[in-house]
Amino acid sequence: MHERLDQWDYVWAALAIGVVGMLAMVGWSLIAMIRAERRRDKVRRK
Amino acid sequence: MHGFANPARFLRMARWLLPLLLVPGLALSLGALAWGIAFAPPDHLMGVTVKILFIHVPCVWLGMAGWSTIAVSSIAELVWRHPLAGIAARAAAVPGAVFTALGLATGSIWGRPTWGTWWVWDGRLTSFLVLLFLYFGYIALADAAQRDAANGGSAGRVTAIFGLVGAINIPIINRSVVWWNSLHQPPSITLGRSAIDGTYLWPLLLGALGFSLVFGAVVIARMRMLLAEIQTEARLRRKALG
Repeated sequence: MHERLDQWDYVWAALAIGVVGMLAMVGWSLIAMIRAERRRDKVRRK
Repeated sequence: MHGFANPARFLRMARWLLPLLLVPGLALSLGALAWGIAFAPPDHLMGVTVKILFIHVPCVWLGMAGWSTIAVSSIAELVWRHPLAGIAARAAAVPGAVFTALGLATGSIWGRPTWGTWWVWDGRLTSFLVLLFLYFGYIALADAAQRDAANGGSAGRVTAIFGLVGAINIPIINRSVVWWNSLHQPPSITLGRSAIDGTYLWPLLLGALGFSLVFGAVVIARMRMLLAEIQTEARLRRKALG
């Protein structure tokens, strides 16, 4: 049995995983940094 | 190097360095990916799947660069007791692990239409999977060491030693396709030499530069986060004692 592969499906899947993964990591790191610095500033003010 | 040992000086520098790395990094990464996808021609053997190169290779390079950063920072922590070196090593672990996981996932997707299989237990793929497990171990150990340091312990040295010992896997990954039979192709780019045509090489190198800038920005963001957590912990402790 031969399976017909559409090569573009694999290209788009790899691209989506790579780009979404990288952007999620950037967003998560920035949000974690902002939260940690806000908490530090709040503790300093108290 | 000790000029950057002062956390206050580092934080002043990090404030402008973070957007300076992040914005051009994202623009270069996404621009180079679009260039590669739109204009690089299909390969005569792999067809259009060759375009996965533009996302897979930078992820793999940065997975290895992440552990190299950990190893160099661990040396600085152990030998010169640089106060920010341990924080830099910890900050590089998460982006290194993410890029390693992305390299494995995109490589697996590339393997299916090219090799006919998602995975083979050969030297290159297995040693790269080991790198991901080393990252998991390092992150868990570093978290435990931070809690230990808050209680006056010195487990940070154990983390640094683990970072150094784990670096043995980097040359193994690099040479695996030369030492053992593998479905994976041998190195196409070495120092000063490339077997890749310019139509693929330039978007690849631009993308790798962009991904590297994003990696640098994420390391700085995570260093700022870790420093803020340490400062908060120290202040709360002083308040509790005083």
